[in-house]
Amino acid sequence: MPMTIAEKILAAHSGRDDVKPGELVEADLDFVFANDITGPMAIRVFNKAGGKMVFDPQRVALIPDHFVPNKDIPSAIQAKEIREFARQQKLPHYFEVGRMGIEHVLLPEQGLVLPGDVIIGADSHTCTYGALGAFSTGVGSTDLGAAMVTGTTWFRVPESMRFIFSGKLNRWVSGKDLILYTIGRIGVDGARYRAMEFCGPVIEGMQMSDRFTICNMAIEAGAKVGIIAPDAITESYVKNRARRPYRFFSSDPDARYEATYDWDITQMEPQVACPHSPANVHKVSELKDIAIDQAVIGSCTNGRIEDLRVAAKILRGRKVSSTTRCIILPGSPDVYRQALAEGLLQIFIDAEAAVSTPTCGPCLGGYMGVLAAGERAVSTTNRNFIGRMGHVKSEVYLASPAVAAASAVAGRIAHPDEVL
Amino acid sequence: MTIRGKIWKFGNDVDTDVIIPARYLNTSDVKELASHCMEDADPEFARKIARGDIIAAGSNFGCGSSREHAPIAIKEAGISLVIAESFARIFYRNAFNIGLPILELPQAGGAIAQGDDVEVDIETGSITDHTTGLQYQANPIPPFMRELLTAGGLVPYVASRAARTTRR
Ligand code: SF4
Repeated sequence: MPMTIAEKILAAHSGRDDVKPGELVEADLDFVFANDITGPMAIRVFNKAGGKMVFDPQRVALIPDHFVPNKDIPSAIQAKEIREFARQQKLPHYFEVGRMGIEHVLLPEQGLVLPGDVIIGADSHTCTYGALGAFSTGVGSTDLGAAMVTGTTWFRVPESMRFIFSGKLNRWVSGKDLILYTIGRIGVDGARYRAMEFCGPVIEGMQMSDRFTICNMAIEAGAKVGIIAPDAITESYVKNRARRPYRFFSSDPDARYEATYDWDITQMEPQVACPHSPANVHKVSELKDIAIDQAVIGSCTNGRIEDLRVAAKILRGRKVSSTTRCIILPGSPDVYRQALAEGLLQIFIDAEAAVSTPTCGPCLGGYMGVLAAGERAVSTTNRNFIGRMGHVKSEVYLASPAVAAASAVAGRIAHPDEVL
Repeated sequence: MTIRGKIWKFGNDVDTDVIIPARYLNTSDVKELASHCMEDADPEFARKIARGDIIAAGSNFGCGSSREHAPIAIKEAGISLVIAESFARIFYRNAFNIGLPILELPQAGGAIAQGDDVEVDIETGSITDHTTGLQYQANPIPPFMRELLTAGGLVPYVASRAARTTRR
Protein backbone atom coordinates (compact mmCIF):
# COMPACT_ATOMS: atom_id res chain seq x y z
CA MET A 1 0.00 0.00 0.00
CA PRO A 2 1.40 3.44 -0.88
CA MET A 3 2.20 5.50 2.22
CA THR A 4 3.35 8.98 3.18
CA ILE A 5 6.61 9.47 5.04
CA ALA A 6 4.71 9.96 8.32
CA GLU A 7 2.80 6.70 7.81
CA LYS A 8 5.96 4.77 6.90
CA ILE A 9 7.81 5.89 10.03
CA LEU A 10 4.86 4.98 12.27
CA ALA A 11 4.48 1.58 10.58
CA ALA A 12 8.19 0.82 11.02
CA HIS A 13 7.98 1.65 14.73
CA SER A 14 4.87 -0.35 15.48
CA GLY A 15 5.92 -3.60 13.85
CA ARG A 16 3.48 -3.30 10.96
CA ASP A 17 3.75 -3.48 7.20
CA ASP A 18 1.46 -0.53 6.75
CA VAL A 19 -0.80 1.84 8.63
CA LYS A 20 -3.80 3.91 7.58
CA PRO A 21 -4.96 7.32 8.82
CA GLY A 22 -7.32 6.94 11.77
CA GLU A 23 -5.79 3.70 13.06
CA LEU A 24 -4.40 3.55 16.58
CA VAL A 25 -0.88 2.16 16.85
CA GLU A 26 1.48 1.56 19.72
CA ALA A 27 4.90 2.78 18.65
CA ASP A 28 8.41 2.32 20.03
CA LEU A 29 9.99 5.65 20.85
CA ASP A 30 13.53 6.60 19.84
CA PHE A 31 13.75 9.62 22.08
CA VAL A 32 11.69 11.33 24.81
CA PHE A 33 12.31 14.53 26.75
CA ALA A 34 10.83 17.22 28.97
CA ASN A 35 11.80 20.70 30.17
CA ASP A 36 11.74 22.56 33.49
CA ILE A 37 8.01 23.32 33.19
CA THR A 38 6.72 19.93 32.05
CA GLY A 39 9.45 17.77 33.63
CA PRO A 40 8.42 17.97 37.30
CA MET A 41 4.88 16.79 36.48
CA ALA A 42 6.24 14.05 34.21
CA ILE A 43 8.51 12.81 37.00
CA ARG A 44 5.55 12.63 39.38
CA VAL A 45 3.67 10.58 36.80
CA PHE A 46 6.72 8.34 36.29
CA ASN A 47 6.80 7.63 40.02
CA LYS A 48 3.05 7.12 40.31
CA ALA A 49 3.04 4.74 37.35
CA GLY A 50 5.49 2.55 39.24
CA GLY A 51 8.58 3.61 37.30
CA LYS A 52 11.90 2.51 38.78
CA MET A 53 14.42 3.18 36.03
CA VAL A 54 13.73 4.93 32.73
CA PHE A 55 13.39 2.53 29.80
CA ASP A 56 16.78 3.62 28.37
CA PRO A 57 18.84 6.47 29.87
CA GLN A 58 20.46 7.17 26.47
CA ARG A 59 17.04 7.99 25.03
CA VAL A 60 15.76 10.36 27.68
CA ALA A 61 16.70 14.03 28.01
CA LEU A 62 15.80 16.71 30.55
CA ILE A 63 16.45 20.29 29.53
CA PRO A 64 15.84 23.20 31.90
CA ASP A 65 15.44 25.93 29.29
CA HIS A 66 12.24 27.85 30.00
CA PHE A 67 12.85 29.65 33.31
CA VAL A 68 16.52 28.74 33.78
CA PRO A 69 18.95 30.27 34.84
CA ASN A 70 16.35 30.27 37.63
CA LYS A 71 14.20 33.38 37.37
CA ASP A 72 12.66 33.10 40.83
CA ILE A 73 12.38 30.75 43.80
CA PRO A 74 9.52 28.58 42.48
CA SER A 75 11.43 28.11 39.18
CA ALA A 76 14.52 27.16 41.15
CA ILE A 77 12.49 24.49 42.96
CA GLN A 78 11.19 23.07 39.67
CA ALA A 79 14.67 23.03 38.09
CA LYS A 80 16.02 21.28 41.19
CA GLU A 81 13.40 18.54 40.83
CA ILE A 82 14.50 17.61 37.35
CA ARG A 83 18.20 17.95 38.19
CA GLU A 84 17.83 15.52 41.09
CA PHE A 85 15.84 13.07 39.00
CA ALA A 86 18.52 13.22 36.28
CA ARG A 87 21.22 12.42 38.86
CA GLN A 88 19.25 9.65 40.46
CA GLN A 89 18.49 8.07 37.07
CA LYS A 90 22.06 8.74 35.85
CA LEU A 91 20.75 10.44 32.71
CA PRO A 92 23.66 11.37 30.42
CA HIS A 93 21.51 13.92 28.57
CA TYR A 94 20.68 16.35 31.32
CA PHE A 95 21.84 19.81 30.28
CA GLU A 96 22.95 22.09 33.09
CA VAL A 97 23.16 25.88 32.82
CA GLY A 98 26.17 26.69 30.66
CA ARG A 99 25.59 23.56 28.59
CA MET A 100 21.87 24.17 28.24
CA GLY A 101 20.19 25.46 25.10
CA ILE A 102 16.59 25.70 23.96
CA GLU A 103 15.54 22.08 23.59
CA HIS A 104 14.57 22.25 19.92
CA VAL A 105 17.82 23.93 18.94
CA LEU A 106 19.94 21.77 21.21
CA LEU A 107 18.73 18.21 20.55
CA PRO A 108 19.22 18.17 16.75
CA GLU A 109 22.56 19.95 17.14
CA GLN A 110 23.69 17.28 19.61
CA GLY A 111 22.71 14.50 17.21
CA LEU A 112 20.23 13.08 19.74
CA VAL A 113 17.16 13.26 17.49
CA LEU A 114 17.57 11.80 14.02
CA PRO A 115 15.94 11.04 10.68
CA GLY A 116 13.41 8.21 10.79
CA ASP A 117 12.89 8.52 14.56
CA VAL A 118 9.62 8.53 16.45
CA ILE A 119 10.03 11.17 19.15
CA ILE A 120 7.77 12.64 21.79
CA GLY A 121 8.60 15.61 23.95
CA ALA A 122 6.61 17.33 26.66
CA ASP A 123 6.63 20.53 24.66
CA SER A 124 4.38 21.45 21.77
CA HIS A 125 7.22 22.51 19.47
CA THR A 126 8.63 18.98 19.43
CA CYS A 127 7.29 18.98 15.86
CA THR A 128 10.51 20.87 14.95
CA TYR A 129 12.45 17.63 14.30
CA GLY A 130 10.20 16.77 11.38
CA ALA A 131 12.75 18.89 9.53
CA LEU A 132 15.11 15.91 9.88
CA GLY A 133 12.53 13.51 8.47
CA ALA A 134 11.39 12.26 11.88
CA PHE A 135 7.87 11.67 13.22
CA SER A 136 8.05 13.98 16.18
CA THR A 137 5.25 15.43 18.25
CA GLY A 138 4.47 17.23 21.48
CA VAL A 139 2.59 15.59 24.34
CA GLY A 140 1.68 16.48 27.91
CA SER A 141 3.50 15.51 31.07
CA THR A 142 1.38 12.40 31.71
CA ASP A 143 2.12 10.90 28.29
CA LEU A 144 5.78 11.74 28.74
CA GLY A 145 5.99 10.30 32.26
CA ALA A 146 4.36 7.09 31.08
CA ALA A 147 6.69 6.90 28.07
CA MET A 148 9.73 7.25 30.34
CA VAL A 149 8.54 4.00 31.94
CA THR A 150 7.65 2.00 28.83
CA GLY A 151 9.56 3.54 25.91
CA THR A 152 6.36 3.35 23.91
CA THR A 153 3.24 5.39 23.38
CA TRP A 154 0.04 5.23 21.36
CA PHE A 155 -0.74 7.37 18.33
CA ARG A 156 -3.70 7.86 16.08
CA VAL A 157 -2.22 7.79 12.58
CA PRO A 158 -2.78 11.30 11.22
CA GLU A 159 -4.08 12.18 7.78
CA SER A 160 -1.40 13.95 5.73
CA MET A 161 -1.60 17.30 3.97
CA ARG A 162 0.99 18.32 1.41
CA PHE A 163 2.41 21.81 0.89
CA ILE A 164 4.43 22.23 -2.30
CA PHE A 165 6.51 25.40 -2.66
CA SER A 166 7.96 26.37 -6.00
CA GLY A 167 9.37 29.53 -7.56
CA LYS A 168 12.27 31.71 -6.53
CA LEU A 169 12.71 33.15 -3.05
CA ASN A 170 13.16 36.90 -2.87
CA ARG A 171 16.01 38.31 -0.84
CA TRP A 172 14.99 38.57 2.84
CA VAL A 173 12.32 35.91 2.42
CA SER A 174 13.02 32.87 4.60
CA GLY A 175 11.53 29.72 6.05
CA LYS A 176 9.79 31.88 8.65
CA ASP A 177 7.93 33.77 5.93
CA LEU A 178 6.86 30.55 4.23
CA ILE A 179 5.39 29.09 7.40
CA LEU A 180 3.70 32.35 8.43
CA TYR A 181 2.19 32.56 4.95
CA THR A 182 1.00 28.95 5.24
CA ILE A 183 -0.65 29.50 8.63
CA GLY A 184 -2.19 32.73 7.35
CA ARG A 185 -3.71 30.80 4.46
CA ILE A 186 -5.06 27.75 6.32
CA GLY A 187 -5.66 29.16 9.83
CA VAL A 188 -4.67 28.09 13.33
CA ASP A 189 -6.67 24.89 13.03
CA GLY A 190 -6.21 24.41 9.30
CA ALA A 191 -4.07 21.31 9.88
CA ARG A 192 -5.59 20.23 13.17
CA TYR A 193 -4.56 16.64 13.94
CA ARG A 194 -2.81 16.33 10.56
CA ALA A 195 0.72 15.68 9.36
CA MET A 196 1.92 18.66 7.31
CA GLU A 197 4.40 17.54 4.68
CA PHE A 198 6.46 20.35 3.17
CA CYS A 199 8.06 19.73 -0.21
CA GLY A 200 8.85 21.14 -3.63
CA PRO A 201 11.91 22.80 -5.14
CA VAL A 202 12.01 25.68 -2.64
CA ILE A 203 12.11 23.31 0.34
CA GLU A 204 14.65 21.08 -1.40
CA GLY A 205 16.96 24.07 -1.81
CA MET A 206 16.64 25.19 1.80
CA GLN A 207 19.27 24.92 4.50
CA MET A 208 18.42 23.00 7.67
CA SER A 209 17.84 26.11 9.80
CA ASP A 210 14.97 27.22 7.56
CA ARG A 211 13.53 23.71 7.54
CA PHE A 212 13.58 23.64 11.35
CA THR A 213 11.78 26.98 11.43
CA ILE A 214 9.06 25.71 9.10
CA CYS A 215 8.42 22.45 10.96
CA ASN A 216 8.63 24.25 14.33
CA MET A 217 5.47 26.18 13.58
CA ALA A 218 3.38 23.29 12.21
CA ILE A 219 1.72 23.21 15.64
CA GLU A 220 0.56 26.79 15.08
CA ALA A 221 -1.68 25.39 12.34
CA GLY A 222 -2.85 22.70 14.80
CA ALA A 223 -0.76 19.93 13.22
CA LYS A 224 0.50 16.84 14.97
CA VAL A 225 3.71 16.79 12.96
CA GLY A 226 5.42 18.88 10.32
CA ILE A 227 7.72 16.81 8.16
CA ILE A 228 10.25 17.19 5.34
CA ALA A 229 11.74 14.26 3.44
CA PRO A 230 15.45 13.95 4.29
CA ASP A 231 17.97 14.48 1.49
CA ALA A 232 21.65 15.33 0.93
CA ILE A 233 21.30 18.55 2.96
CA THR A 234 19.87 16.54 5.87
CA GLU A 235 22.64 13.99 5.49
CA SER A 236 25.39 16.58 5.70
CA TYR A 237 23.74 18.04 8.82
CA VAL A 238 23.40 14.76 10.70
CA LYS A 239 26.35 12.66 9.59
CA ASN A 240 28.91 14.11 12.00
CA ARG A 241 26.45 14.61 14.84
CA ALA A 242 24.45 11.39 14.99
CA ARG A 243 25.02 9.36 18.15
CA ARG A 244 23.29 6.28 16.74
CA PRO A 245 22.14 4.90 13.38
CA TYR A 246 19.38 6.68 11.51
CA ARG A 247 17.18 5.96 8.54
CA PHE A 248 15.75 7.99 5.66
CA PHE A 249 12.09 7.54 4.72
CA SER A 250 10.19 9.26 1.93
CA SER A 251 6.62 9.35 0.69
CA ASP A 252 5.53 7.09 -2.14
CA PRO A 253 4.64 9.02 -5.30
CA ASP A 254 1.07 7.70 -5.12
CA ALA A 255 0.64 8.21 -1.35
CA ARG A 256 -2.70 9.66 -0.31
CA TYR A 257 -3.08 13.21 0.93
CA GLU A 258 -6.17 14.75 2.41
CA ALA A 259 -5.25 18.05 0.73
CA THR A 260 -2.48 19.40 -1.48
CA TYR A 261 -1.50 23.05 -1.69
CA ASP A 262 0.77 24.17 -4.49
CA TRP A 263 2.16 27.68 -4.07
CA ASP A 264 4.50 29.71 -6.24
CA ILE A 265 6.33 32.02 -3.84
CA THR A 266 8.20 34.12 -6.40
CA GLN A 267 6.28 37.30 -5.53
CA MET A 268 6.35 36.71 -1.78
CA GLU A 269 7.63 39.44 0.50
CA PRO A 270 8.45 39.12 4.22
CA GLN A 271 5.39 38.19 6.28
CA VAL A 272 4.30 39.37 9.73
CA ALA A 273 1.70 37.77 12.02
CA CYS A 274 -0.16 40.54 13.81
CA PRO A 275 -1.77 40.26 17.27
CA HIS A 276 -3.20 38.03 18.59
CA SER A 277 -3.01 35.06 16.27
CA PRO A 278 -0.24 33.40 14.24
CA ALA A 279 -2.81 33.26 11.41
CA ASN A 280 -3.33 37.05 11.34
CA VAL A 281 -0.65 37.35 8.67
CA HIS A 282 0.12 40.42 6.53
CA LYS A 283 2.86 41.46 4.15
CA VAL A 284 5.39 43.65 5.91
CA SER A 285 4.70 46.46 3.41
CA GLU A 286 1.06 46.59 4.51
CA LEU A 287 2.05 47.49 8.06
CA LYS A 288 2.72 51.21 8.19
CA ASP A 289 3.97 53.10 11.21
CA ILE A 290 3.63 50.42 13.83
CA ALA A 291 6.04 51.64 16.50
CA ILE A 292 7.67 48.92 18.59
CA ASP A 293 9.10 48.99 22.10
CA GLN A 294 11.03 45.75 21.86
CA ALA A 295 12.55 43.41 19.28
CA VAL A 296 13.30 39.81 20.28
CA ILE A 297 15.58 37.66 18.14
CA GLY A 298 15.94 34.05 19.23
CA SER A 299 13.77 31.08 20.33
CA CYS A 300 13.36 27.53 19.05
CA THR A 301 11.93 29.04 15.86
CA ASN A 302 14.77 31.41 14.96
CA GLY A 303 17.62 31.08 17.46
CA ARG A 304 20.13 29.31 15.20
CA ILE A 305 23.43 30.66 13.90
CA GLU A 306 21.97 31.30 10.43
CA ASP A 307 19.30 33.49 12.06
CA LEU A 308 21.89 35.48 13.98
CA ARG A 309 23.94 35.96 10.81
CA VAL A 310 20.94 37.54 9.09
CA ALA A 311 20.33 39.81 12.08
CA ALA A 312 24.02 40.79 12.13
CA LYS A 313 23.96 41.66 8.44
CA ILE A 314 21.33 44.29 9.24
CA LEU A 315 22.63 45.47 12.60
CA ARG A 316 26.28 45.79 11.50
CA GLY A 317 27.33 49.43 11.80
CA ARG A 318 23.84 50.52 12.86
CA LYS A 319 22.21 51.26 16.21
CA VAL A 320 18.99 50.00 17.73
CA SER A 321 16.49 52.88 17.72
CA SER A 322 16.53 54.99 20.88
CA THR A 323 12.86 54.12 21.44
CA THR A 324 13.39 50.35 21.19
CA ARG A 325 15.09 47.60 23.16
CA CYS A 326 16.58 44.73 21.17
CA ILE A 327 17.18 41.40 22.92
CA ILE A 328 19.09 38.64 21.20
CA LEU A 329 19.07 35.08 22.55
CA PRO A 330 21.36 32.51 20.91
CA GLY A 331 19.53 29.18 20.97
CA SER A 332 22.34 27.05 22.38
CA PRO A 333 25.92 27.22 23.69
CA ASP A 334 27.20 26.11 20.26
CA VAL A 335 25.27 28.91 18.59
CA TYR A 336 26.63 31.35 21.18
CA ARG A 337 30.21 30.14 20.67
CA GLN A 338 29.90 30.30 16.90
CA ALA A 339 28.41 33.81 17.07
CA LEU A 340 31.35 34.83 19.24
CA ALA A 341 33.87 33.30 16.82
CA GLU A 342 32.29 35.04 13.83
CA GLY A 343 32.21 38.42 15.56
CA LEU A 344 28.41 38.58 15.60
CA LEU A 345 28.21 39.29 19.33
CA GLN A 346 30.48 42.29 18.86
CA ILE A 347 28.16 43.58 16.12
CA PHE A 348 25.11 43.14 18.37
CA ILE A 349 26.69 44.84 21.35
CA ASP A 350 28.00 47.69 19.20
CA ALA A 351 24.45 48.08 17.86
CA GLU A 352 23.39 48.39 21.52
CA ALA A 353 21.35 45.24 21.59
CA ALA A 354 21.31 43.08 24.73
CA VAL A 355 22.68 39.56 24.26
CA SER A 356 21.44 36.85 26.62
CA THR A 357 22.57 33.39 27.56
CA PRO A 358 20.46 30.71 25.80
CA THR A 359 16.95 30.49 27.32
CA CYS A 360 13.30 30.63 26.26
CA GLY A 361 13.00 33.72 28.46
CA PRO A 362 10.73 36.31 26.86
CA CYS A 363 9.18 33.96 24.27
CA LEU A 364 6.56 32.84 26.77
CA GLY A 365 6.64 35.93 28.95
CA GLY A 366 8.94 34.26 31.43
CA TYR A 367 11.73 36.76 32.01
CA MET A 368 14.49 38.64 30.12
CA GLY A 369 12.05 40.96 28.34
CA VAL A 370 8.49 40.78 29.70
CA LEU A 371 6.17 43.43 28.23
CA ALA A 372 4.18 46.03 30.18
CA ALA A 373 0.58 47.01 29.38
CA GLY A 374 0.43 48.91 26.11
CA GLU A 375 3.86 47.74 24.92
CA ARG A 376 4.47 46.20 21.54
CA ALA A 377 7.15 43.77 20.41
CA VAL A 378 8.29 42.35 17.13
CA SER A 379 9.60 38.86 17.76
CA THR A 380 11.09 35.93 15.87
CA THR A 381 9.21 33.53 18.18
CA ASN A 382 6.17 31.47 17.23
CA ARG A 383 3.16 32.63 19.27
CA ASN A 384 1.48 35.99 19.71
CA PHE A 385 -1.51 34.95 21.80
CA ILE A 386 -2.98 37.45 24.27
CA GLY A 387 -0.50 37.92 27.11
CA ARG A 388 2.09 35.59 25.57
CA MET A 389 5.03 37.92 26.22
CA GLY A 390 3.72 39.65 29.32
CA HIS A 391 0.75 41.86 30.16
CA VAL A 392 -2.62 40.96 28.61
CA LYS A 393 -2.67 44.41 27.06
CA SER A 394 0.70 43.97 25.32
CA GLU A 395 1.11 42.97 21.68
CA VAL A 396 3.44 40.66 19.77
CA TYR A 397 4.13 40.73 16.02
CA LEU A 398 5.80 37.58 14.69
CA ALA A 399 8.41 37.96 11.97
CA SER A 400 11.72 36.70 10.59
CA PRO A 401 15.10 37.70 12.04
CA ALA A 402 15.60 40.06 9.07
CA VAL A 403 12.37 41.94 9.76
CA ALA A 404 12.94 41.93 13.53
CA ALA A 405 16.45 43.37 13.16
CA ALA A 406 15.32 45.98 10.64
CA SER A 407 12.44 46.93 12.94
CA ALA A 408 14.83 47.26 15.89
CA VAL A 409 16.83 49.82 13.90
CA ALA A 410 13.78 51.67 12.56
CA GLY A 411 11.89 51.64 15.86
CA ARG A 412 8.83 50.48 13.95
CA ILE A 413 7.96 47.45 11.86
CA ALA A 414 10.15 47.73 8.78
CA HIS A 415 11.25 45.86 5.68
CA PRO A 416 15.03 45.20 5.71
CA ASP A 417 15.41 47.23 2.52
CA GLU A 418 14.18 50.31 4.39
CA VAL A 419 17.19 50.38 6.70
CA LEU A 420 19.94 48.91 4.52
CA MET B 1 -22.34 9.28 34.63
CA THR B 2 -24.49 12.39 34.35
CA ILE B 3 -23.30 15.90 34.99
CA ARG B 4 -25.50 18.94 35.47
CA GLY B 5 -24.21 22.50 35.69
CA LYS B 6 -24.25 26.03 34.48
CA ILE B 7 -22.58 26.91 31.17
CA TRP B 8 -19.59 29.24 30.90
CA LYS B 9 -19.22 30.25 27.31
CA PHE B 10 -16.03 30.92 25.30
CA GLY B 11 -15.27 31.47 21.60
CA ASN B 12 -13.00 29.77 19.06
CA ASP B 13 -9.28 29.03 19.48
CA VAL B 14 -9.13 29.37 23.28
CA ASP B 15 -5.39 28.87 23.73
CA THR B 16 -3.46 27.41 26.64
CA ASP B 17 -1.90 30.80 27.45
CA VAL B 18 -5.44 32.03 28.17
CA ILE B 19 -6.37 28.90 30.13
CA ILE B 20 -3.29 29.18 32.34
CA PRO B 21 -0.80 31.99 31.57
CA ALA B 22 2.91 31.07 31.49
CA ARG B 23 3.66 33.48 34.33
CA TYR B 24 2.10 30.92 36.69
CA LEU B 25 3.98 27.92 35.30
CA ASN B 26 6.78 28.28 37.81
CA THR B 27 4.69 26.01 40.01
CA SER B 28 2.96 22.64 39.59
CA ASP B 29 0.74 23.29 42.62
CA VAL B 30 -2.74 22.41 41.37
CA LYS B 31 -4.66 24.74 43.72
CA GLU B 32 -2.46 27.65 42.70
CA LEU B 33 -2.94 26.81 39.01
CA ALA B 34 -6.71 26.49 39.46
CA SER B 35 -6.94 29.94 41.04
CA HIS B 36 -5.64 31.49 37.78
CA CYS B 37 -7.77 29.43 35.40
CA MET B 38 -8.98 31.49 32.37
CA GLU B 39 -7.62 34.61 34.03
CA ASP B 40 -6.62 36.41 30.84
CA ALA B 41 -10.07 35.93 29.34
CA ASP B 42 -12.01 36.64 32.55
CA PRO B 43 -10.02 37.65 35.66
CA GLU B 44 -12.90 36.60 37.97
CA PHE B 45 -13.55 33.22 36.37
CA ALA B 46 -12.07 30.97 39.08
CA ARG B 47 -14.10 32.77 41.78
CA LYS B 48 -17.39 33.00 39.88
CA ILE B 49 -17.85 29.37 38.92
CA ALA B 50 -19.52 26.72 41.08
CA ARG B 51 -18.23 23.16 41.40
CA GLY B 52 -19.67 21.06 38.59
CA ASP B 53 -20.14 23.89 36.11
CA ILE B 54 -19.49 23.26 32.42
CA ILE B 55 -17.44 25.12 29.80
CA ALA B 56 -18.85 25.35 26.27
CA ALA B 57 -16.69 26.73 23.46
CA GLY B 58 -16.18 26.91 19.72
CA SER B 59 -13.54 25.17 17.66
CA ASN B 60 -9.88 24.32 18.44
CA PHE B 61 -10.22 24.58 22.24
CA GLY B 62 -6.87 24.28 24.04
CA CYS B 63 -4.61 25.16 21.12
CA GLY B 64 -1.03 26.19 21.74
CA SER B 65 1.33 24.76 24.28
CA SER B 66 1.53 21.18 25.59
CA ARG B 67 1.19 22.34 29.20
CA GLU B 68 -0.89 19.81 31.08
CA HIS B 69 -1.32 22.60 33.59
CA ALA B 70 -4.21 23.74 31.32
CA PRO B 71 -6.66 20.83 31.73
CA ILE B 72 -5.49 20.46 35.35
CA ALA B 73 -6.33 24.11 36.09
CA ILE B 74 -9.79 23.66 34.57
CA LYS B 75 -10.47 20.43 36.45
CA GLU B 76 -9.17 21.70 39.78
CA ALA B 77 -11.11 24.95 39.44
CA GLY B 78 -14.23 22.77 39.64
CA ILE B 79 -15.27 22.51 35.99
CA SER B 80 -16.76 19.06 35.43
CA LEU B 81 -16.77 18.95 31.64
CA VAL B 82 -15.72 20.90 28.56
CA ILE B 83 -17.95 20.77 25.49
CA ALA B 84 -16.43 22.25 22.32
CA GLU B 85 -16.88 22.04 18.57
CA SER B 86 -13.35 20.61 18.41
CA PHE B 87 -10.23 20.36 20.54
CA ALA B 88 -6.54 20.90 19.78
CA ARG B 89 -4.85 17.51 19.76
CA ILE B 90 -2.42 17.83 22.68
CA PHE B 91 -5.16 19.26 24.89
CA TYR B 92 -7.44 16.40 23.84
CA ARG B 93 -4.86 13.80 24.86
CA ASN B 94 -3.98 15.58 28.08
CA ALA B 95 -7.62 15.92 29.16
CA PHE B 96 -8.24 12.17 28.94
CA ASN B 97 -4.88 11.41 30.53
CA ILE B 98 -5.68 13.45 33.64
CA GLY B 99 -9.37 12.48 33.75
CA LEU B 100 -11.09 15.70 32.64
CA PRO B 101 -14.12 14.66 30.57
CA ILE B 102 -14.47 16.46 27.24
CA LEU B 103 -17.07 16.10 24.50
CA GLU B 104 -17.12 17.24 20.89
CA LEU B 105 -20.41 18.79 19.82
CA PRO B 106 -20.61 20.56 16.43
CA GLN B 107 -23.28 22.97 17.77
CA ALA B 108 -21.36 23.82 20.98
CA GLY B 109 -20.29 27.27 19.80
CA GLY B 110 -23.65 28.40 18.49
CA ALA B 111 -26.57 26.73 20.21
CA ILE B 112 -25.65 26.54 23.89
CA ALA B 113 -25.61 29.94 25.62
CA GLN B 114 -23.85 31.50 28.59
CA GLY B 115 -25.67 30.65 31.82
CA ASP B 116 -27.75 27.78 30.40
CA ASP B 117 -28.54 24.92 32.76
CA VAL B 118 -27.27 21.82 30.98
CA GLU B 119 -27.34 18.11 31.77
CA VAL B 120 -24.97 15.66 30.09
CA ASP B 121 -24.69 11.90 30.00
CA ILE B 122 -20.95 11.39 29.51
CA GLU B 123 -21.27 7.77 28.34
CA THR B 124 -23.87 8.32 25.66
CA GLY B 125 -22.94 11.92 24.84
CA SER B 126 -26.56 13.01 25.12
CA ILE B 127 -26.92 16.64 26.16
CA THR B 128 -30.06 18.38 27.44
CA ASP B 129 -30.24 22.15 27.66
CA HIS B 130 -32.90 22.67 30.36
CA THR B 131 -32.94 26.43 29.73
CA THR B 132 -33.98 26.09 26.09
CA GLY B 133 -35.46 22.61 26.28
CA LEU B 134 -33.28 21.50 23.35
CA GLN B 135 -31.45 18.17 23.07
CA TYR B 136 -28.10 17.48 21.39
CA GLN B 137 -25.98 14.44 20.64
CA ALA B 138 -22.20 14.83 21.05
CA ASN B 139 -19.71 12.71 19.07
CA PRO B 140 -19.18 9.46 20.98
CA ILE B 141 -15.91 9.15 22.93
CA PRO B 142 -13.63 6.80 20.92
CA PRO B 143 -13.32 3.31 22.49
CA PHE B 144 -9.65 3.66 23.41
CA MET B 145 -10.23 7.00 25.15
CA ARG B 146 -13.15 5.43 27.03
CA GLU B 147 -10.79 2.66 28.14
CA LEU B 148 -8.45 5.32 29.52
CA LEU B 149 -11.28 7.05 31.36
CA THR B 150 -12.47 3.75 32.82
CA ALA B 151 -8.97 2.92 34.01
CA GLY B 152 -8.93 6.31 35.74
CA GLY B 153 -6.51 8.02 33.35
CA LEU B 154 -3.22 7.04 31.77
CA VAL B 155 -1.24 6.52 34.99
CA PRO B 156 -3.28 3.59 36.32
CA TYR B 157 -3.57 2.27 32.76
CA VAL B 158 0.22 2.20 32.39
CA ALA B 159 0.81 1.00 35.95
CA SER B 160 -1.35 -2.02 35.27
CA ARG B 161 0.71 -2.82 32.20
CA ALA B 162 4.14 -1.75 33.49
CA ALA B 163 4.70 -5.11 35.14
CA ARG B 164 4.58 -6.94 31.84
CA THR B 165 5.83 -4.21 29.52
CA THR B 166 9.40 -4.16 28.48
CA ARG B 167 10.53 -2.89 25.15
CA ARG B 168 10.57 -5.15 22.20
S1 SF4 C 1 11.54 29.16 22.73
FE1 SF4 C 1 9.39 29.58 23.16
S2 SF4 C 1 8.20 28.21 21.89
FE2 SF4 C 1 10.33 27.46 21.92
S3 SF4 C 1 10.38 25.93 23.55
FE3 SF4 C 1 10.95 27.88 24.45
S4 SF4 C 1 9.03 28.77 25.21
FE4 SF4 C 1 8.49 27.14 23.81
